[in-house]
Amino acid sequence: MNPWPFVAAAYVAAIALTLALLLWSYASMRRAEAAADAIKRK
Amino acid sequence: MHALANPARFLRIARPATMWLFLVGAALAFAGMAAGLTLTPPDYLQGETVRILYIHVPSAWLGMAGWLAIAAASISQLVWRHPLAAVAGRASAPAGATFAAICLITGSIWGRPTWGTWWQWDGRLTSMLVLFFLYLGYIALASAERERGGEGRIAAIYGIVGAVNLPIIHYSVLWWRTLHQGSSIGVTGSSIDNSILWPLPLTLVGFSCLFGAAVLMRMRAELAEAKVEARMRRMSR
Repeated sequence: MNPWPFVAAAYVAAIALTLALLLWSYASMRRAEAAADAIKRK
Repeated sequence: MHALANPARFLRIARPATMWLFLVGAALAFAGMAAGLTLTPPDYLQGETVRILYIHVPSAWLGMAGWLAIAAASISQLVWRHPLAAVAGRASAPAGATFAAICLITGSIWGRPTWGTWWQWDGRLTSMLVLFFLYLGYIALASAERERGGEGRIAAIYGIVGAVNLPIIHYSVLWWRTLHQGSSIGVTGSSIDNSILWPLPLTLVGFSCLFGAAVLMRMRAELAEAKVEARMRRMSR
């Protein structure tokens, strides 16, 4: 059994899920902080 | 810890810390994974599949560390009424759940060429799956409590009770000797040869920094949302 497809699949899954977590955290932080800044200026 | 109880003081530290944790984490995780894929020799028994170690071990550690953070934040919330504790607990849950999922997925992928199966109801695998479901329960409970305007006490009690699963995960390989191998990396040493082991600290620290950056971003989002809600309440009076 060729092991490389398994190694590649594990790395792709780990990197994709970590990136998704970071992007979602960053987007929700930016959205919430922009809303807080906007309401402060009102 | 109480020096950080003031959200304004916390944010002054959290804003630069988020960026530094992300940059250092990304650099170390990338270096560790690149080294693990290209610079280490294959294992004499497992061959090339041993390279999954460099992502599987950090994700297992962070899956458990996430719940440890929830339990510590829950105790801090219930005992010392730390004003940021509930926020820290809720912010740790998505990151912990993500790394528990990565641990389960990479472990399953590792299992197929090594054990000949994607899944077994083995003690370690099952207790890790239970941890992932505990995370989902905590996220649902904490969100529901927050929407109702609660202080998050029920979620905090759930966070402390759920910590009972952590020693079960840790000792599962000793209590039920089924499929998963015993502990090969300890505080005092390792049974893995250094020529294979050396990139692991890089990915361990790297992914831990990325975990920290994700938690800080979620905490900042929660604090900003709370600020908006408080302002909206004042304006509606």
